[in-house]
Amino acid sequence: MIDNFDHQQAAHCETGAASALFRHHGLDVSEPMAFGLASGLTYAYLPFVKINGLPLMAYRMPPRLILKMLSWRIPGLKIRFKTFRNDAEGQAFLDRKLDEGTLVGLQTSVFFLPYFPQEMRFHFNAHNLLVFGKEQDEQGQTHYQISDPVFSHTVTTDADSLNQARFAKGALAPKGRLYYFESVPERIDFERLLPKAIRFTGKANGKRNLTPISGVGGMKMVAKRIEKLAEDRKRYRQLFLGHIVRMQEEIGTGGAGFRYMYAAFLQEAGDILNRSECQDWAQRFIDLGDQWREFALICARLSKERGDHSLKEAADLLRQLADDELEIYNQMAKFR
Amino acid sequence: MKKDAVPQQADAIYEGETKVLYAQDSDGKLTPTPTQGWEAEIDALKQAVDEIAQLAQDALARAHVGETSPLEYHMYQQRLDLPMLAQAMGRFQWQVRRHFDPKRFARLSDRQRERYARVLGLSPDELMQLPPLKDKDPTHD
Repeated sequence: MIDNFDHQQAAHCETGAASALFRHHGLDVSEPMAFGLASGLTYAYLPFVKINGLPLMAYRMPPRLILKMLSWRIPGLKIRFKTFRNDAEGQAFLDRKLDEGTLVGLQTSVFFLPYFPQEMRFHFNAHNLLVFGKEQDEQGQTHYQISDPVFSHTVTTDADSLNQARFAKGALAPKGRLYYFESVPERIDFERLLPKAIRFTGKANGKRNLTPISGVGGMKMVAKRIEKLAEDRKRYRQLFLGHIVRMQEEIGTGGAGFRYMYAAFLQEAGDILNRSECQDWAQRFIDLGDQWREFALICARLSKERGDHSLKEAADLLRQLADDELEIYNQMAKFR
Repeated sequence: MKKDAVPQQADAIYEGETKVLYAQDSDGKLTPTPTQGWEAEIDALKQAVDEIAQLAQDALARAHVGETSPLEYHMYQQRLDLPMLAQAMGRFQWQVRRHFDPKRFARLSDRQRERYARVLGLSPDELMQLPPLKDKDPTHD
């Protein structure tokens, strides 16, 4: 049980959980800072991974990598991950950690979390939340006090639902995965780490990324796919376009598929390093973010057949975005 | 995006919950800003929910005339599809598809039935049952 837990709403679950864990351990790391330090920004088109028959588009690094990157990159930060064979073991360990007063993060499936709005409960198995306490009701049932980073308030969940969410099956099955900070450094050497993190994002997404499906290459592939939607069934076309909007905006990205959040990181980094390049890039990512929102709006309208937009218009806008981002990434890759 | 441009289009699907966007304050700094919803996002979410509800209704109609088993209906009703259900069950898709045959489904062992029920978040009894057919209504429940 943790007294006076300080809950703050975040845009994204994993970066929000990371930021809350830092805050709890007395280190001031904002959500954008956690995101940028972990070099979380990317784009990837994974046509072989299907969600309800539609290809996956990711605007950030895969689940858990943000936490892992932080623990690799920050000297002295140790994050312990633990999975369990069954829910009894998982719950017992969670209870023990709570008794010790440790703030723990859990990987869960959104579908089984009763506090989510009904229509938002999909089978996404990599949702992160923090547990900070538990209580018994009159019937002797255990309820866990949860700080879900993407909610504006704390929530409670009964033990059965939480166990179901922790032990959901399928893609990215959490297997009860639980994590906590085992040790934290006294301070984080931002001056040394920030250039490294920025360079990494530049290299991972710019011209030095040789894969055709991630980084700006992924955007161009999606642009091509959008043009080819003209040959698909109408229903598929509508769902595909709606799916783009959901991947970019709905899944907790802080707007414009993490572009705004990354701009916030660059602003912070610019203040710490006192470098004007970072502020310039931040402004450019803000402008790009606005265009990403425009792109989402066009996709939504095309899907609903509102207004006079064409598939080519959406594809060209995405290509333009890819070219503009490529230029920034290539500059970032040389940042020292 | 400036703070005053952050969309605030509340919709019942969010049940009053808000989200956070990073938007610029008057000094140009990006800070977390609550949003109630955005038209583009709401439309896309409703479309995805409707699609799966339609698949469920379609499976329900076929299950009532014995063309498929209750499993297919419950799969969609619990917002899964065949690849997801097969992966969650640790089986091949063709193995799960065989259980869409009402006769084979009725013969499932208790263990198998419990496994399906667990993956779908239902009780084994609920898994075997079908709700009555709804009238043709495009809106979901």
